[in-house]
Formats: sequence, structure tokens, C-alpha cells
Amino acid sequence: MIDTGLILFNLIKIVIVFACVMLCVAYLTWIERKVLGHMQIRIGPYYAGWHGLLQPIADGVKLFFKEDILPRNANKVLFVLAPMISIVPALMSFAVIPFGDKTTFFGILKEPVPMRITELNIGILYIFALAGLGSYGVIFGGWAANNKYALMGALRGAAQTVSYELALTLSVLGVVLISGSLNLVEIVDKQKHMWNIVYQPVGFLLYVICAVAELNRTPFDMPEAESELVAGFHTDYSSMKFAMFFMAEYANMITIASLATTLFLGGWHGPFFPPLIWFMIKVFCIIFFFIWLRASFPRVRYDQLMKFGWKILVPIALLNIFITSLVMLFV
Amino acid sequence: MIKPLVKGLAFFLKYLFSKPITVFYPEEKVGSFPRYRGLHIIRRKPDGSIRCVACGLCEAICPAKVIKIEIGELEDGMRYPKRYQLDGYRCIYCGLCQEACPVNAIILTPEYENARYKKEELMLDRDTLLKRGDEVKL
Repeated sequence: MIDTGLILFNLIKIVIVFACVMLCVAYLTWIERKVLGHMQIRIGPYYAGWHGLLQPIADGVKLFFKEDILPRNANKVLFVLAPMISIVPALMSFAVIPFGDKTTFFGILKEPVPMRITELNIGILYIFALAGLGSYGVIFGGWAANNKYALMGALRGAAQTVSYELALTLSVLGVVLISGSLNLVEIVDKQKHMWNIVYQPVGFLLYVICAVAELNRTPFDMPEAESELVAGFHTDYSSMKFAMFFMAEYANMITIASLATTLFLGGWHGPFFPPLIWFMIKVFCIIFFFIWLRASFPRVRYDQLMKFGWKILVPIALLNIFITSLVMLFV
Repeated sequence: MIKPLVKGLAFFLKYLFSKPITVFYPEEKVGSFPRYRGLHIIRRKPDGSIRCVACGLCEAICPAKVIKIEIGELEDGMRYPKRYQLDGYRCIYCGLCQEACPVNAIILTPEYENARYKKEELMLDRDTLLKRGDEVKL
């Protein structure tokens, strides 16, 4: 028997989370431009609304009405498919992220509701699988456009994803060892008294570095590389297709920051404020750090990037797991 | 390796909290320097008549060939420009006309906002230049 009420309830949850995430994605572009601007002693968006607050909406409308260009030599199917491949996994990742504890929303609901869409006992695996899937968007997009710059971007993107996803996954394994679970909710519960960053500082550092590379952001924005490759893999994309790549990038940013919060910074736990507020503060801090990195550092060279990934990050990650396991075994 | 990275981060955090140097241009103006070479004027003699004696030196020296003069003569033999056409759109604002002028009639002002909607709006004739000369204080 199908429980219609439960399905409806879950659908409402999904819609609410989806709306919030899309709103965050839109305003993340504003925050990024504003912070980046002020770090470069500029002002950033200013004219659309109060201090440019309506800028994301204006940008959205603009992108929506732009001409949708389909290059003549492009592989049409993959060219259209690529933006979807990148945005759908980016949004699907939010299904398992626990935003907060059980709550009744100040007594509006009769029973306490857990603030997450679903609880998966292999949550981490699910997110990394989707992150891996999302990178196909970059690869397909760059290849299908049949353009030299895009192909170069896609090639670099593929190489970078392969090498950094490994280190990213390895950096998280320490946390999994400590918590003894792949379930994100259980991992957060284990951090009630002490955040995992205290036990896994190296893991956290590795995670942040690899996350920046995984998100294709400066200093590791090889697939885009404006100064060398025009716009990299999305050179030929316009209108909403470009917007989908863009939204996927920012949605991924929120996912990665949420995952960092969940795994290393104790999730929603914290004094004084409600759980959701704590979660958002931590996520925002990490996102701010990503933007800060973008303002501060130039892009690393391609060979340096690969060398750094394989010769430094992966061995350190493996060493981290080894030491964590030893400590777990003997202490 | 870590120290320069931290130094870079600290540098940009410092700038995050400093005042932006942006100037809101159309509302706020930065102005130009006193010796900036901008839009021309033609000056008058103390008695109010035009200073230009239509010698044609500015027309001859102008590298962009934007000045066209038609010579007129008064009864007492004084020459004056019957027509004086200066295309401010094609002018390169080199200031050679000002240097060549023997009577200091044509002068470049620090006026820098020379963008117009139509080319014709910058076709300056004798009376426009004179009028600008009356308006601009030097």
C-alpha cells in the first residue's frame, strides 16, 4: 500500500530544500562578486536594487532571454545533455545532507521533523558518486562543442577530476574511521562533544584543498582558465545552458561546504543558536574561504597541479589514513 | 611554502575592510589636470571681436587636417575667419594648433567629456568656439 501522505510530505520537503538551494545559489553569485570586489578595493554590483541585491535576478532574466547558440559542428545530443549532467547531480546531493536536528519549527508542526530529505546509510558514498558523475558534464560539454579551447578545458578537467577525486575521498576516510559510519547523520551525532577537525586537522586541510580543485575554482580552475582557454569547457555555451553550468558550480560549492561542515565541523551542533543557523554559519564560513582563495591566489600551472595532486596530496592522505588507523587500533 | 600563502590571504583580508576606491563616474567626477588637452575654444580681443587673424597656420600644421578656414577681410585690411570649421570628432588633441597660433586665439581647454551621440555635435564652427570661449574660464 502506498502512503500518499508520506509521499506528499517528502515532496514538500524536496520542494522547500530545492527552493532554498536555488535561492542560495543565486545569492552566492552576488556574495562572490561583492566579496571579490571589496577585496580588490572595488564595490561590485551596485545599481540593481540596494547594493546590487537584485543583481542575481537581473542576471537570471538576462540569461533566460539570450540567444541559445548551437554550434554547427557540435555533437548536438551531448552538447545539450552536458549542462543537465552537471546540474542534476549537483542538486541531487542535497538529498542526504542533514541541515539540522529534529525540529517542530517553533511548534507549527505537531511532530518533530528531521531537517533533511532522507537519511542514507551510505551518504558519503552517495555524494562522492554524484560528484564523480557531475564531472562528466564538464568532459562531455568540452568535447561535444568541437572547439579547441573547450576540448583543452575538458581534457584538463578530466585529468584534474581523476587525480583530485582520489585525494578527496581518501581525506574523508579518516573521519569515516573515527565515526565508524558512512551515514552523515551518525557522523554528526558523534561530534556532539568534539568536532572531527580536532582529530583530523590534516584530513580537513586535504579536504579543503581537494574540494577547491574538485569545484574547479581558482587556484585550480584548470578547465575554465579564462586567461588561456577563453572560458574552457563552456566557451561555446550561451543562454540557459551556460546558466546551468554556472548554477551547477555554485550548487556544488554549497554541497562541498555542507559536507565539510557535516564531516569536520560538527554539523548543526553549537551553543546558543538554533541548529539550522549554526549549520548555515559554518557553511558560509567555508564558502567565504573559497571566495577568499579566489581573490588571493593566481592559477597554478597544469603540470604543477598534477604533480601536487599525485606526489603530495595522495601520499599525505594515505599516511593520514594509516596513522588514524594505527591510533584507532592501539588507543 | 605556507608562509607566503598566509601572507597573501592576510593581504586580501586587509583590503576587504578598507574603503573601495571606486568613483561613481557620471555622478562623481574626477576632473582633469590643468594642462590636459581637451576641447578647443577661440578667444576674443578685449574689444569683443575675434582674435583669430585667419593666418592659416593652424590649418597648415594640423596633422589630422580637421581645421578648415575661409578667409575674410575687413575694410581696414584686417583679416578674419569668415568660416572656421573644426571637427572635434577627428581631432587628435595634439595641441599643435595652439602652439602654432601667433595671436593665441585657439586654445585647448581641460574639458574631457567629449563623448556625443552624433558626430555632428562635435563639428565646431566659429561661433560655437567663440561661445565656448565666453563660457570657459581660463
